Amino acid sequence: MELLYSITVGTLTACSVFLILRGRSFPIVIGITMLSYAVNLFLFSTGRLVINELPLIGQSQTPTDPLPQALVLTAIVIGFAMTAYSIILAVRVRGEIGSDEVNDPNYSASEGQRS
Amino acid sequence: MILAALVFVPFIGAMLPMLLRNQSRVVITAGTAAVTLISLGSLLWLAPLTLAGEVPSSLQTWLPDLGLNLALRLDGLSLLFASLILGIGLLIVIYAHFYLSERDDVGRFFTFLLLFMGSMLGIVTADNLILLWLFWELTSVSSFLLIGYWFHRSEARRGARMALAITGAGGLALLAGILLIGHIAGSYQLDAIFAAADIIRTHDLYIPAIILILLGAFSKSAQFPFQFWLPHAMAAPTPVSAYLHSATMVKAGIFLVARLTPALGGTPEWLTIITLTGLTTLLFGAYFALLKTDLKGLLAFSTISHLGLIMMLLGLGTYGAMLAALFHIVNHATFKAGLFMVAGIVDHETGTRDIRKLGGLRRAMPMTATLAIIAAAAMAGVPLLNGFLSKEMFLAEAYQQQLFGGLSWFVPVLATLGAMLSVAYSVRFVADVFYGEAASDLPKSPHEAPFFMRLPVLILATLCILVGLAPMLLVADLLEPAMAAATSAAGTVKISIWHGFNMPLLMSVLALLGGIIIYLKRADLFTFNRKFEPKDAKETFARVLKSLTSRADAALQNIETGSLQRYIAAVLVLVLVFVTPELVELQSLRGDKSQLPIDAISLIGAIILMLAAFGTAMLHRQRLTSLLMLSVVGLMVSLAFIHFSAPDLAMTQLVVEVVSILLMILALFFMPQKIPRASSGRRVARDVLLAGFVGGIVATLNYALLTRDFASISAFFLENSVPGGGGTNVVNVILVDFRGFDTLGEITVLAIAAAGIHKLLNNLRPFMPSSDVDGRPWHRVKHPLMVQTVSQALLPLALMVSVYIFLRGHNLPGGGFIAGLITAAAMILQYMANGVDWVKHRFNYNYQTLTSIGVMIALFTGLGSWVFEHNFLTSWFTYLNWPLVGKFEVATAILFDLGVYLTVIGATLMILANFGQMTTRHRPRQEGH
Repeated sequence: MELLYSITVGTLTACSVFLILRGRSFPIVIGITMLSYAVNLFLFSTGRLVINELPLIGQSQTPTDPLPQALVLTAIVIGFAMTAYSIILAVRVRGEIGSDEVNDPNYSASEGQRS
Repeated sequence: MILAALVFVPFIGAMLPMLLRNQSRVVITAGTAAVTLISLGSLLWLAPLTLAGEVPSSLQTWLPDLGLNLALRLDGLSLLFASLILGIGLLIVIYAHFYLSERDDVGRFFTFLLLFMGSMLGIVTADNLILLWLFWELTSVSSFLLIGYWFHRSEARRGARMALAITGAGGLALLAGILLIGHIAGSYQLDAIFAAADIIRTHDLYIPAIILILLGAFSKSAQFPFQFWLPHAMAAPTPVSAYLHSATMVKAGIFLVARLTPALGGTPEWLTIITLTGLTTLLFGAYFALLKTDLKGLLAFSTISHLGLIMMLLGLGTYGAMLAALFHIVNHATFKAGLFMVAGIVDHETGTRDIRKLGGLRRAMPMTATLAIIAAAAMAGVPLLNGFLSKEMFLAEAYQQQLFGGLSWFVPVLATLGAMLSVAYSVRFVADVFYGEAASDLPKSPHEAPFFMRLPVLILATLCILVGLAPMLLVADLLEPAMAAATSAAGTVKISIWHGFNMPLLMSVLALLGGIIIYLKRADLFTFNRKFEPKDAKETFARVLKSLTSRADAALQNIETGSLQRYIAAVLVLVLVFVTPELVELQSLRGDKSQLPIDAISLIGAIILMLAAFGTAMLHRQRLTSLLMLSVVGLMVSLAFIHFSAPDLAMTQLVVEVVSILLMILALFFMPQKIPRASSGRRVARDVLLAGFVGGIVATLNYALLTRDFASISAFFLENSVPGGGGTNVVNVILVDFRGFDTLGEITVLAIAAAGIHKLLNNLRPFMPSSDVDGRPWHRVKHPLMVQTVSQALLPLALMVSVYIFLRGHNLPGGGFIAGLITAAAMILQYMANGVDWVKHRFNYNYQTLTSIGVMIALFTGLGSWVFEHNFLTSWFTYLNWPLVGKFEVATAILFDLGVYLTVIGATLMILANFGQMTTRHRPRQEGH
């Protein structure tokens, strides 16, 4: 199970990194969102993988580590705030400049693009 | 204390002229002179101690871990230099008062001057090498300000820049050298370094250290080949030139060499480098001094030449040579300051400094002429003046040294040649300006300068004569402790006017006669020199600087391309570079923790998750599809949380997922519908490779982590959750109680992000397409009846659920975060199903206020603990029996959670509702309306 979990996290990371390396804002926002999933899963797993041992007193003899859960919970909410901020920023940039390119307009536009 | 006052009074007093700026010039000058006098008074107070052989010192720790202390000492060497700095400084203040014109900002001038004075005093009294370096750099900066004082003149600006660049670069070399010395000696305190002299001299790093230190000293003291900045620094007002280039700035390098001689000196490398550099500089400066037609230019090169002379003596390093060096420092300061002042007077009264235009001034200004003759004669080394004594000592040392074996004879020969040139330019200075035909076409008709402007020169010229006549009486007491500080060689301070007929005397006579001959034959020399292309050091310097900056620009262009993609790729590559070796170090990837078996459902879930992730990435050009794939990923993640015993996380993730996908669909409306071009194959290949590597590294890390046991601090939370926090849901108790402060920070961040988004949306004119990508118009029914009906029925249910989730949060999965998100989602559904107008009509809440109230409630709950004399955010709880409900817990933590709840609702709706309103007439416009 641990192997499967880490492969999943790795896959999520790889896909999100690929998206973040795109040149347009929308895929980047999607990439950031997905990367935050990957990071949350990673951080969550520092409490190790435990099944059916809820961190509720009285329900389990050996409850799982509650601390990573508490930290990840706020991370999810903050991650949402960050996603929201970046996407609104993208919309704003599109409104101001009229393009969703993330590179400097002075940077040679042809680089890395299929002509 | 008094020692600290000596150094720091000028720094503090530097504010005075600026504060007195609007007062009359007399007041400003008096203020500056008073500051100088206080500092001088402290020096005179301490001087008897030093003269008696003690070393007054003060130590104040500053950054002891870096070896940097405010350590000052006043040994003989410091005393000698400090007297010059303050004594001549005082004369300069008086002189400048008369020299500066009505238009000049006197306050600014004196502020800079005092800053410079303080920095110089710092150098000569520093007992810590780093501190010395600090003051060294301060002199570079303050001299930059002084040289560039007339900043409206291009040559002043360029001269100042050049001086700063050269001395600044030298300063860096010096710092490196000092660090090396400190590394070898184990301390930056001077006494420790002197004690470690033998270790330093035999250390492997000795040669690099002295080269670096000498680079600093040579650049500061304008030694060949760094001499070129000095003549250009003559663009400064003459008082500055007189001060910087006679007694202070350029003597800093000399001081440094003298200061470090006990620690570094005496080796063949030290002797050879310094002696040869000094000798070269001596000849170079003297030759060009003769050729200059500008009075100050002549003096500038003669300064270079004399600095070379002193440097050479320091290099020779015998007792006699050190004595001659220190003696000549004093003498040079007196006659050169005087000569600069004379040049300034001439310039001031005639309007020109060009030797070719000047002539016969002795009739118009006889007093000035007399003073000039005395000072110039001292410079030339005419007997009975101070310059003669030290120069003869110099010639004697040059004659006696045996440094270069069979070739040693060339040193006295070249020294005599230098002395001849020195005589020649001294004669030229006097003869061409004050004798000969009276100049007719001067910009101003010359007349005698005011008495007080001549007074400083008079004092200096008198000193030249008195020291020349009675050296032992006047300076021996000053030189004795200085010699003790500068050299360990044995000897006594003995300066006599008459040595009898010997070789040095012959050399002196030769120099005088030869000099006069050279002066008479100077026309031939000028003709000879005209065969060379005149080279302006300023131009060369500017060219070098330009090519340097353009190269740096080009390099920067290569790094900073403006491609964000490239930057991110670079960051990721760096991550790989740093993490990979660590992973290679790992003994085995798999730890020894027992692993869980894989069940079918997990496997299927993981496969769906991975496929969805791949789909998101590969279909990213089809934006809606990609987004739907992303939502699959998010849902699978929340399932994973459920599976691995994290119900709170699963619920949070689920609701956040809904809200963020909604937000992105909304955003999609404003983004371009088509992506015009895809990435090139090469770029895709690069990115896939990079992404694959990063993913692989993360997976490896995660696997290594998961298969190892760990020690957690969570036992505390598990034990204290019920007795300390009164709740069984440990995650929630951690959030609102144990780590409540974190949560408070987090909701504040959320509120700030929401406020930022609100601001971003203000006055935004988004692109709003009227049809979809294929040109079909949007559907005319915006709010379908089915959805409207269902959503309206859903709202009370959703609110009830959220209240339930909120209340049970302390004991069962739930809490403020989740409940707030559920409420927000229900509200968003109303917006979508019924439209903004419909919602506005029914609940017209201001979400900014709601968010602020939420943060306030959380904050004041925390502050409330103070009323009961507990720490911030200490919670209190008890159990009540509610009818019907039964035993129920009441805790202040629930109040805090209420704050979280409201903040989450407010922030989420502030983001989504405001954004959703973009297409309506309610869209955010001007602030406050």
